[in-house]
This record gives sequence, structure tokens and C-alpha cells, in this order.
Amino acid sequence: MAEYIIKNGHVFDPLQGIKGDRADVAIKDGKIVKDNQVSSKAKTIDAKGKTVMAGAIEIHAHIAGPKVNVGRIYRPEDKLFTYTPKKGNIRMAGGTSIPTTFKTGYEYAKMGYTTAMEAAMPPLFSRHVHEEIRDTPIIDEGAFPVFGNNWFVMEYLKNNEIENTAAYCAWLLRATKGYAIKLVNPGGTEAWAWGLNCLSVNDPVPYFDITPAEIIKGLIEANEYLGLPHSIHIHPNNLGNPGNYTTTLDTLKLADGYKAKNKFGRDQVMHLTHTQFHSYGGDNWANFESKSKEIMDYVNKTKNITIDTGNVTLDETTTMTADGPFEHHLTELNHLKWANVDVELETAAGVVPYIYSPDIKVCAIQWAIGLELALMAKDASRCFITTDHPNAGPFTRYPRVIKWLMSAKAREAQIGAFKNSDKVVAATHIAGMDREISLYELAQMTRAGPAKSLGLASMCGGLKPGMDADVVVYDFSPDKPVTNPDQIEAAFSKAAHVFKSGVEVVTNGEVVNNGNKRTIWVNAKVKENPQVMRDIKEKFLKYYSVSQANYEALGHHIVPNPYAIEVDATQ
Amino acid sequence: METVTITMKNQPALYLEADNVAPDKFAGKTESQIAELHVYEGNTTSTLGKYFEVAGNAGATAADTRIVVKGDVKKVKYLGMKMSAGELVVEGSTDLYAGAWMSGGKMLVKGNVEAFAATGMKGGELIIEGNAGNYLGSAYRGDWRGVSGGKILVKGNAGSDVGQYMLGGEIVINGNADVHVMTHAEGGKVTIKGNAKSKLGGQLVDGTIIVFGTIDVMMPGFKFVDNVELEVDGTKAKFAHFIGDTGERHKKRKGQLIYGNLYKKI
Repeated sequence: MAEYIIKNGHVFDPLQGIKGDRADVAIKDGKIVKDNQVSSKAKTIDAKGKTVMAGAIEIHAHIAGPKVNVGRIYRPEDKLFTYTPKKGNIRMAGGTSIPTTFKTGYEYAKMGYTTAMEAAMPPLFSRHVHEEIRDTPIIDEGAFPVFGNNWFVMEYLKNNEIENTAAYCAWLLRATKGYAIKLVNPGGTEAWAWGLNCLSVNDPVPYFDITPAEIIKGLIEANEYLGLPHSIHIHPNNLGNPGNYTTTLDTLKLADGYKAKNKFGRDQVMHLTHTQFHSYGGDNWANFESKSKEIMDYVNKTKNITIDTGNVTLDETTTMTADGPFEHHLTELNHLKWANVDVELETAAGVVPYIYSPDIKVCAIQWAIGLELALMAKDASRCFITTDHPNAGPFTRYPRVIKWLMSAKAREAQIGAFKNSDKVVAATHIAGMDREISLYELAQMTRAGPAKSLGLASMCGGLKPGMDADVVVYDFSPDKPVTNPDQIEAAFSKAAHVFKSGVEVVTNGEVVNNGNKRTIWVNAKVKENPQVMRDIKEKFLKYYSVSQANYEALGHHIVPNPYAIEVDATQ
Repeated sequence: METVTITMKNQPALYLEADNVAPDKFAGKTESQIAELHVYEGNTTSTLGKYFEVAGNAGATAADTRIVVKGDVKKVKYLGMKMSAGELVVEGSTDLYAGAWMSGGKMLVKGNVEAFAATGMKGGELIIEGNAGNYLGSAYRGDWRGVSGGKILVKGNAGSDVGQYMLGGEIVINGNADVHVMTHAEGGKVTIKGNAKSKLGGQLVDGTIIVFGTIDVMMPGFKFVDNVELEVDGTKAKFAHFIGDTGERHKKRKGQLIYGNLYKKI
């Protein structure tokens, strides 16, 4: 394998505490090595006056699987005039908010992302998810199966059977080649199958006689019983409604008293995702306001929680979530086309297009809230940047979000461009904020932080010798003052060089190599549990429309390049 | 105004995608530069000059450019796509997406057009002397934002799904129209001088449909209001006035619900 030495760049690596010092980064056999360990044949990359970071990590995006594909199928207009033809070994690619799998891989790589997590895998359709992951080039990917409305989980947790819940979770992670325990509107999506919802953590789930709070606490306990690399990853109840910040605080408080138990260096027991959608005050759309301060005050003082932002990017996009009732609520609001799917015994999904218009007050307030969360974060290594792609905006807008975070001037310009500027300022905190995220903090929010939260800190998100050689060089000089904030957006849109596991995949903002992508999954071993195995068998015989043998994502044709993270919970 | 004449000389084996045949794309170019513009035949990219004889230089701007398309172009798609000014005359019949997304200028087709003509039109004028296929003046597949302006005249008949998701502009069909007219439209006007079939104004939110001939089956969501005297295209006549689609959501203006209107000549 080729050797490289990236010379004289300004290195930002929170893992080693390097804050922009001039240093060399050496790559050999797919790993980062000490700079004296490469031979004289190593290819030199001149990074003088440039920024060097580890490959960025996407902790939450909807980029593969049936729900994404429903969006692709029912929104041909999202693809109109966007296709680029095949060129060399780069496939034809297109789409805007729901790009093709190929475009997904290429666009992440161009921005310097080398790892991404699909945030909601319906277990029944894990084969489809993995087929799409297989066709997404370059980036390493994992997928979070959804557990928050799963019949097994609700039945075990009703009787507080943590060991059985853990055994089932371990089985499902293995069966679906999943990475972490995801909860979406716990209990509420099951209630949706009865035409209902759970808007607080104490609303009972019909038939199952359990509350969202019991599901959340039970899954935290099961997660820590297993010692999984990531914590539970939660999209809480009551998404997107004015006044929902109290539900969010109630959810966060459920993590109180729990301590992370794992060998991966993870400290949190709960990751709260797309927090922007859960930080709303007011009780209707007229007095809708930001409650980012209330949320961040709690997050800042609570060390066993990590969050991601869910930044609104002010674009036309496609919302999609396993939160079925929310998507119905949304289509009633904007009258655009609605798709809804039920996934037997497990979950559901809805899809609705959405236009975040700068002329609409609510959209502008949402934009402000997303940025406020990141700007109020005292510990940048516990607050990560996402757009909940494609829900708050396409992931291809990360460079623009970074511009807004790094430049108060860019924020001011956007606030001034809102149609209801005064009302937006009155309902938010954004106007008075002068904090500008530094490159070091950016590396915490997009590299070291998510890596640690995912339990991958020994593998990626840093530039320590021995780690995977995921390295990015941005044509951005920390020494020069930024005269025009658009320079930030331009530099982070097209990285000068991107290495994935030691292979140069992007040069001067263009994809040059399809790399050797892997599917990361978690193989958790538990003590033999005949009861759970019998329950699984029985559910397949009684309820599932497929047989157990046709359910599991097995074999190299489905997961061609797997990378299993081993967890032993038999002790 | 300068005229560029392109004449089919080599028929494509597959259908040809000629989205560069528009005054905007020709403007400022010489005969040989025009011949170098790309076209797609299946997955192969080649040049306009491979299929067409190009004669004449274009004007400096689209508004100064007139294109005449001669020969058999029944297998050519996207003629006049996205044109914003100038003129385009097709002497025969053409395939899909004629004048699609046009925003200005004038396009005349002396023969027939296939489906999706004037898809997503924003302005300008499209005249079809023959018949139009399905989805004339409709939204692009999946989009809820259809034709927002401009004028379309069909001297013959039109196929199904005329003016789907229309927002504005005007379509006049001198002959008959097939099923589904102005489905889910929120504005604009479609006039059918001949007969209509069924499903006129299904899910109509706002906008106007005028029918001179017969309607095979009325939508159940339309309600008779009264008989009115109207002058349409210089013809004064009495029309039965219906509103609808009452099964669809409607906007309110000054506290009143605004319905779509359907007029049928008595």
C-alpha cells in the first residue's frame, strides 16, 4: 500500500490535544504511523498553510434503507436536472435531499467525511439497508436498528426483564448487522398503529401497558448490561411541537444516576439526537420560541449525555422518520404528499417533503435554535453537528452550517435576510451571540466527539499513530483572517485531500478512488438464553410474515466487507 | 432576428435527447459552433451536427434568434426546453417534452407533440397545430408545482392529464380532451372547445375549467351554482357554473372559501 507524508499542515486533533500546530502526518499500510516510520518513497503532500484533521464522522443521518428509498421513489422532482454522467470509475449520480447511494458516498467523501451512521434501520428490512450500504462507496457505515417500539422489548420491559431485553438486543444486532440501540418516539410509533401517540414520557402505550419512560430506562440498562460501544441513541417523544422542550428535559432526566459501562472509552449513557427539533417553547406556532438555553443548561451540567444538533439549513428537503404520527402531523400542516409504512412488530415510517423557507418565521426560528445549541455548548466534545439528513436539511450543507458556526458575520447576514427578522430575533437568542466555533472545536464536534460517543475513538476521529488513516486536508489557513465567510463554506465543501484507511479517495475536491468501504457492526455475546430464543421462534411462527431464516442479514452478498466490533457480555 | 435552420439528415436509431435546441443555447453561436452542441442518443453523447444539417448563424441573444426545425423529428425529445426568448418553429411532429420548462418566447409545432409538452412552463407561448399527447402543461412527475404562466394553444385534440397541478397560465384546446383535466390544480385556466370525458377538476383547489362541448361524467365533488353569461375567446354564450372539488381543502379569502370553477356551455 502507498505511503504518504502530509507535511507542514496545521493539525487539529482533539484526541491528542493538538491545536493547530504545524506537524506532519504519516500514513503507512492504511494506518497512521509516526513520521519516521515511512520510507523515503512516501509520497509527500504539501499542506503548508492548510488545515489537517482526521476524517469526519456522521453520527446521525438517514442515508440507506426502505424509508430513504420511499423518498427517492416518490420524489422524482428531487432528482430533476441533478444527474452527473458516469466518468471513469465514478458512477452516474444524482438527487438533492435524497441522493442516490453513489452520490451519498461521493458527497460525504468530498467534504472530508469518512464514516457515517444510518440512524434508523427497520430490523425487518435490514437486508435492504445493507444492500444500499453496500452500494454507497468510500465511507465506512453502520446502521442503528430501532428498538423503541419493538414488541419483544416492550413485553420484556413491562416485567422489568433487563437480561432478556439485553439478550434480545444482542440477537437483533447480530441478525441485522446493526451497530447501536436506536429509539424513535418510544412507544409513540406503536401507539400510532392504534391511531394514537405518546407525547410525554408518561403516556401509556396502548395494549402494552408500558410508558416511554420505562422503555427508555430499560434500554439504557440493557445497553450498559451489554457494554455496547455506543449508548442508546434517542429521538424522544413529542418531536417538532411547540412547547416540547419539557418532554425533552423529562427524557434527559431519565439518564440520571446511570453510569456508562463499556471498554470503548464512552462516557455517556444517552445520546439525544436532532436536539433542535426538541427545543421548542410556546404553545402554538404564533408564540413558538427557542428553548435552546434551557436544554443546553441541562446538557452542559450533565456529563453522561451527548447530543447532536439537527441544524435547519433553509432548503427544500424530504423529511423521513420512524416517528409515524409526526409525519402525519406534518402533512396536515403543509399539505404536501405523505407516505406511511408500518413495519410489523417493530416500527413504522413516514415521509413528507418540506420547504424550510427563510420567509417563514417558524423555519427561521428553527434555523436559529440549531445554531444556538452548538454555540451554547460548553463542551464541544459532547455536542455534534448534524442536519438529521435529510430532515432538517441535506448533509451536503454541512459546510454552510460550519460557516454559520464559525462566523458571527455570516449569521448576522442570514438574520438580516429573513423576512420576519425582528420576530425571529425576539423569539431566539441568536442575535446576541458572538461566539465563533474554532477549528479545534469543529474537530471536537465532527471528529473526536462523535468517535468517542460511538465508542470508535481507538479507531477513527483522531490522528494518533495506530489509528485508521482517515485524514483530511482542507484548503483553509488558520493564520489568515477570513475576509468573506463564504471562504469557509468553499474550503469545507471540497477538501484538498481525503484519505480513507490510507487510500487517497479525494483530490482537489474530486473523487479519485472508490476506496474500500466497510460495514461496521456490533457482535455482542451473551449467555445462552433459551427463553428469548424460544420467544423469537414463537413470534416468527405466530406473527411475522417472513420466516426467521429469511430475516437475518447474512452472507457476503448482503454485508460484503463487514467489520465486527466484539462485545463480551457473558461475564 | 437571425434564423438558424436545422434539418434532420441522419435519423437516430434510438430516441434523441436534444435539449440544446433552444434559442438560449444557440444565441451568440455560429453555424459550426451550433453543430458542436451535444445531444444524447441512449447513453452516448454526440453532437447536433451528426444528425442535423445546420444552416445560418444565431443572433447575439436568445431574443434575436429564430430556429426552424425541418425534416422528420418524431424521434427527437426536448425541443425548445427551457427557452426564455426568441422563436422556435418545428415544421413537423415531435416527441416528448416539447417546450418543457419554457419561460418565454414563442414555440410553434406544425404537427403533433407527444406527452409532457410544456411541462413546468413558466411563461411564453406554445402553439401546437396538430394534437398533443398526455400530460400537456402538467407538473414534472412527482412535483406539486406545475405550470405557473404562459399560454398553450392546441388546435387539435389533447390526451389525458392536461394541466395537472397547474398554478397559473392558460391552456386552450380547440378539439377534445381525454380524462383528468387540471387534477389538483391551484390556479390557471383550461378551455376545451370540443368535448371532455371524465374526471375534470379532480382535487381541484383553485382555477378554472371551461368546456364548450359535452362532459361524459362529472366529478361528484362539483356543485352546480347558477347559469352565467360568459365571453370566452370572443364567443358569448351561456354556461352552467359549478364549483369544486368540494372533497378537497380550499383556501379562504375574506372569510369565504375559494373553490375552483367549472363552466359548461349550455
